[in-house]
Amino acid sequence: MQNLGVYASRLVTKEENFVPGHRACIGCGEALAVRLAAKAFGKNTIVVNATGCMEIVASQLPYTSWKLPWIHTLFENSAAVASGVESALKVQMRKGKIPQEDIKTVAIGGDGATVDIGLQAISGAFERGHDFLYICFDNEAYMNTGIQRSSATPFGASTTTSPAGRAKAGQMSWKKNMPEIAVAHNIPYVATACPSYPFDLIEKVKKGLATKGPAYIHVLSVCPTGWRCDTEISIMLGRLATETGVFPLYEVENGKYKMSLVPEKLKPVKDYLKLQRRFRHLKPDAIEAIQSRVTEEYEKLLEKAV
Amino acid sequence: MGKRVGVEVSIALADAVKLADADVIAAYPITPQTHIVEHLAELVAEGELDAEYIPVESEHSALSACLGSAAAGARTFTATAGQGLELMHEVLYVASGMRLPIIMAVANRALSSPLSVWGDHSDAMAVRDTGWIQIFTENGQEVVDQIICAFRIAEDPNVLLPVMVHLDGFNLSHVIEPIEMPTEEEVCDFLPVRRNPLTLHPSKPVAMGDFAPPVVYTEAKWAQEQAMMAVKPTILDIWDDFAKKFGREYKPVECYKCDGAKNLLFTMGSFSETAMTAVDKLRDAGVDIGLIRLRLWRPFPFEEFRAAVKNAETLLVLDRCISSGGPGGPVASELKAALYNEEKKPKVVSFVGGLGGRDITVAGFEKIILDGLELAAKGQEREYEIVGVRE
Ligand SMILES: Cc1ncc(C[n+]2csc(CCOP(=O)(O)OP(=O)(O)O)c2C)c(N)n1
Ligand code: SF4
Repeated sequence: MQNLGVYASRLVTKEENFVPGHRACIGCGEALAVRLAAKAFGKNTIVVNATGCMEIVASQLPYTSWKLPWIHTLFENSAAVASGVESALKVQMRKGKIPQEDIKTVAIGGDGATVDIGLQAISGAFERGHDFLYICFDNEAYMNTGIQRSSATPFGASTTTSPAGRAKAGQMSWKKNMPEIAVAHNIPYVATACPSYPFDLIEKVKKGLATKGPAYIHVLSVCPTGWRCDTEISIMLGRLATETGVFPLYEVENGKYKMSLVPEKLKPVKDYLKLQRRFRHLKPDAIEAIQSRVTEEYEKLLEKAV
Repeated sequence: MGKRVGVEVSIALADAVKLADADVIAAYPITPQTHIVEHLAELVAEGELDAEYIPVESEHSALSACLGSAAAGARTFTATAGQGLELMHEVLYVASGMRLPIIMAVANRALSSPLSVWGDHSDAMAVRDTGWIQIFTENGQEVVDQIICAFRIAEDPNVLLPVMVHLDGFNLSHVIEPIEMPTEEEVCDFLPVRRNPLTLHPSKPVAMGDFAPPVVYTEAKWAQEQAMMAVKPTILDIWDDFAKKFGREYKPVECYKCDGAKNLLFTMGSFSETAMTAVDKLRDAGVDIGLIRLRLWRPFPFEEFRAAVKNAETLLVLDRCISSGGPGGPVASELKAALYNEEKKPKVVSFVGGLGGRDITVAGFEKIILDGLELAAKGQEREYEIVGVRE
């Protein structure tokens, strides 16, 4: 169909559940991703939010940007809190204490909340099989506390706790592969997404919500503040992440891999790195190492997707 | 009327949770609390209790799941001890700050290191400032009764705060006692179905757990503190109502042979019963001694405590916890603080003992009393005396 983009955007609800007036930085990819996801949530969703940028920018008393029932408790426990919410809804409906209806539970957290401190709670909730969706908004560092490295920070990135100096060229370990960790839990739905591909993101969130049992979506969220990039290129950088193979978009349904988008030919990773000043210290051999790792990982993924 | 049965206290506690018709139970095992969550698992597995039983992967998640559950309106229970309570520490503050009526049984246990699964009050004292209502129990009957009362207290619209019911690990949790279990009808009548003023539900979206800048944080904490200070009358009413329905009376502070006594011994928890026997014996031998026991630890019953000791000259306090490098026993130092501005106040002698499951026998209590009276007369050299250390 011609003008698919124009047509598809009309299908997206105009209603906002994550409303303007929050305090995110200019060009924040994470706030955009949350807004798109919240559109997909619909009205019958309870949101559990881990501590981090999205909680801080959206919930300063006495204001809130959330038009949905929303709870924040701590940094590392949103999956456990969601377990409690989901169980409470189930049992109260069963006992007739609240009306029977379809209410979804969603837990959200940054990469720090997800891949580091909250991993145990997420793993526990997945293993127990709670019917909920967990979304990680991955901006590749602890942004809320001032750009410290997390285990989702990519190799070579300079952060305030993995600074580039004479002896070290920034983060010295490779990004933890959280979607694979989720897949290893044998949960029915795992996907990656990016707000640079809004319709894809919305569809995946809807799918995750509709899944019976645990679902996991890993959303790459460009953070101009932490990535040291220009604020107007967030969307473009997100696309470049996919076009270079740094952040492939795919789904894993009941263990079956499916690519959401396969570029004809991957762009060189250096095109992506050079727009971010967190990588500006990298020497050609480091860029080469990143390139070969990206290619290798991408090919492994393609193989699984056949 | 319920029947008197011989039963392990942990099992009776779990049965009380069943009588309260809990909706959600989050469970993580830790000695000496395990029998409680094991029995609850059985009750759920047998279909005797219709609840969601969440076998979480840590105590941090246990209390977090309870947070979510209580926030979504369900009647919620968990149990823990020692290290488990420590792992919950940051979540404890969130539960009380959010005013969520969660009930937790704590089978008190010493803290590592060295590792000890046996009882003392170090775990309880480490969480005394977390904003939970805290009740110390003395025997199995009281455990059952206070669990049932705890649900009613926590869920009272004037309260809406979480409640910890402390029972001594092993010394209470694992003993078999004759306990009168209330009937289902009696509990139903005493404990109404939870009414939920504000819960997570799409029919009325609310935001819980926002962040507070300095302009509102103090006000939020003050509101919480006022709620805490206002709960004592509600607790007294609920205990009164309990006495009317079940015939067993509970007060924040209890006195035993205190009338006219110039010297008082102070305890909390299950050691009180041993202490009573020691008091009986010494009384018979002509020693002037009475016993006061504290049941309501938070909110601290200042009024009742001051009234109970107002005619005493000496107050001997036994703490089952050390406030390391500090004034000695944490309870003793709180009692001293409570008395400091009184014109007429007893001399306080602080003892620390019964740590990590070390028993204090009747003879041990007699020695504490006699030594304490001597120390009071000649003055205590150290901040506190440690009981029963083998050199
Ligand atoms: C137990 C605990 N440790 C540390 C913190 C401090 N803290 C708050 S948010 C945050 C980082 C959040 O990073 P991430 O999850 O990646 O989300 P982002 O802010 O980047 O969106 C940290 C370290 C905390 N709140 N609690
Ligand atoms: S620091 Fe980054 S993620 Fe956080 S609000 Fe700013 S742009 Fe968004």
